[in-house]
Amino acid sequence: MKLIQILGPGCARCEKLKQNAEEAVKRAGIEATIEKITDINVMIGYGVMMTPAIAIDGEVKAAGRVLSPEEIQQLLI
Amino acid sequence: MGQSAVQCSCASAPRIILACSGASDVGHLADLAARELAKQGIGQMGCLAAIGGRVSGFMASVEAAAGVLVLDGCPLECGRRTMEQAGFRDFVHLRMTDMGLERGKSPPTPERIQVVVEEAAKKFSQVMSPSG
Repeated sequence: MKLIQILGPGCARCEKLKQNAEEAVKRAGIEATIEKITDINVMIGYGVMMTPAIAIDGEVKAAGRVLSPEEIQQLLI
Repeated sequence: MGQSAVQCSCASAPRIILACSGASDVGHLADLAARELAKQGIGQMGCLAAIGGRVSGFMASVEAAAGVLVLDGCPLECGRRTMEQAGFRDFVHLRMTDMGLERGKSPPTPERIQVVVEEAAKKFSQVMSPSG
């Protein structure tokens, strides 16, 4: 079971990233929990300086941009 | 890192300023100049040590930054080396000793900080401007 965290204040780009993550999980056919993190202290704890960001199993894979479902799927393999 | 250090990229990607923050006087000067540049809104100061430590969130943030300025105190260039060893090549680099500030003879006075801030802001803006 993978843990995908979407870090951001909840703007449209954060929401889009979450949707893309959901799509990527569906396409990959894997089990994953997707969490939306809006707590700035958690973001700081990851060292994130810009949002939206995506972390998979505790490691930030991208920040400041919205990854496509394809890009996220690659990170899940 | 303060709470204001997290920026939503809906506006624009931030510019990141890093300093070697070394133990020498010129390292101290680089650190204070970076803080002053951040205070003036030239960019957001980040932790060079986080690059050395490969902190994932910080690595990803630097990758997505609109520009990165690295201030090194002395010719050892620990800042530049740290960035390059982490795989970063595209950044603006400024060394205190290239500005006539000699290691061991350049305590960080307000005047020296100002000189570095002006030079760094100029160099950063030249590289960052669309006309190059």
